[in-house]
Amino acid sequence: MTPFTPISSLIGGLLIGVSTWLMIRWLGKIAGISGIVGQLWSARHSDRGWRFAFVAGLMVSPLIYALAAPLPAVVIATSPPVLIVAGLLVGFGSRLGSGCTSGHGVCGLSRLSLRSLVATLTFMGTAALVVWLLRHGPFQGY
Amino acid sequence: MAVAPWAVPGVLKRMVIVIAWLAGVLFGLGLIVGGMTNPAKVLAFLDITGDWDPSLAFVMIGAIAVSFFAFRSAAKQPTSLLGLQLQMPPTTLIDRRLVIGALLFGMGWGLAGFCPGPAVASILSAGSAVWLFVISMLVGMFGHTLATRLGWL
Repeated sequence: MTPFTPISSLIGGLLIGVSTWLMIRWLGKIAGISGIVGQLWSARHSDRGWRFAFVAGLMVSPLIYALAAPLPAVVIATSPPVLIVAGLLVGFGSRLGSGCTSGHGVCGLSRLSLRSLVATLTFMGTAALVVWLLRHGPFQGY
Repeated sequence: MAVAPWAVPGVLKRMVIVIAWLAGVLFGLGLIVGGMTNPAKVLAFLDITGDWDPSLAFVMIGAIAVSFFAFRSAAKQPTSLLGLQLQMPPTTLIDRRLVIGALLFGMGWGLAGFCPGPAVASILSAGSAVWLFVISMLVGMFGHTLATRLGWL
């Protein structure tokens, strides 16, 4: 059980919105993280710089946050083998489906894309089902 | 008429890098402030029938509230503010790849509570478990690239 934090979550969301605004309005690009990371190496040379810059910014963000306040707790209860399987699924699945929570969930829904709505409902529903199976369903304790 | 600063050769390239870096920082700060970098909170959001924590819905609401207007104004202009071409997703197709990809992604997200953004934003701050996840994620992404190049997908 984690505490309900509507205000800080809303503020966090607004910051993400400003980020997607910078990306689309200034650079003309979609802030889809699986796409940016997944094409870091395969992109044409001239198309790599902004990808590396975005990922570098994302990586140093906790260090910048820590200058102002202690970082919030990160609780990872998942066992190493399950983390590996989860990582493989997230990596492969987000590329096959052309997007993740950022690309489809934030940018796609903001563009009123039906394709992104289908993707978002599918991954949200599947993730909720997996959590139910592990916490309340037949796979408790795995 | 004054020449826009980014019309000077080399300046545009640097501005693109700086803005992309800033966007990455803001995105990461948003994930941290919003609670997305804590897998326990993500899983509590997905645990609808349990001790449900609906906080992360507010992250989506906040992000979309700004992005909606950003995309609307972007679509009305021929180029971005730096004069760059808009790179919109090329397809609106709802096909098997989209649905199976989202299913697999959802399975992984539900197993660990990490999606790509929060995972990358936790690399330098949250220890070796995140490394394990991120390396596996990169392998999964590379697997997709490889399978595509070999013509399997």
